[in-house]
Amino acid sequence: MKTIITATGKGEEKLFDLRFGRAAWFCIYDDETDNMEFFENKHVDAPSGAGGKVVEEVVEWGVSRVISGDFGPKAKDLLEKFDIQMVILKDDCKTIKEIVENFKS
Amino acid sequence: MPRRTRLRKVVEPPRFKGYRPYGVNSKRRESIELLYEEYEAIKLADYDLMNHKEAAEIMGISRPTFARIYEAARRKIAQALVEAKNIKTVYGNAIMDKDWFVCNKCHARFNIPKTMTSDKCPACNSNDIESLNK
Repeated sequence: MKTIITATGKGEEKLFDLRFGRAAWFCIYDDETDNMEFFENKHVDAPSGAGGKVVEEVVEWGVSRVISGDFGPKAKDLLEKFDIQMVILKDDCKTIKEIVENFKS
Repeated sequence: MPRRTRLRKVVEPPRFKGYRPYGVNSKRRESIELLYEEYEAIKLADYDLMNHKEAAEIMGISRPTFARIYEAARRKIAQALVEAKNIKTVYGNAIMDKDWFVCNKCHARFNIPKTMTSDKCPACNSNDIESLNK
């Protein structure tokens, strides 16, 4: 199963990003292969509807869980429609690695 | 008999159980009960900067009803500020948009889509999870 974690930069030592639609980077973690991939968010500076566009990409990547700090009302509706699990963390001083280790254990 | 109160849709429950003033000397402090839908009204209108019509549609109520809830919310918050009272969030006439859960160990909040059957916290694998839709 693939999980997306919003990140402030590329690399597992980078901090977690509390925003979803306007997160700087996305980390895709696959728990079957224990592999991490990073993608830059193309919609960071989109004037509007960043959340919705990101959800479209999330669906294309075949992800079933998203970990972020907050989701806008539109992104939430879409994610729910595609049966993607949303996880909201409030702690922004964690690195991507720490978050992954946490739910792997 | 009056018409039944229509349930107000709330996208997400508040992230806190309440607020408390500090620097106040009083043993017994009363609290004000802020309903989930009032919190949601403030959030949609003043945080997400929507106009009342859009916000009312999201909550599944009419615009005048939204305006009433919003006004009640503002007055409660003002009263709490002026009289240095606690604010406590209570459920009210809300219906959660989806089923949300909170993990009592790591405080992550999450939903469980119908395609998943896990009853563990997705962030820390703890079994100690609680539904927010009481």
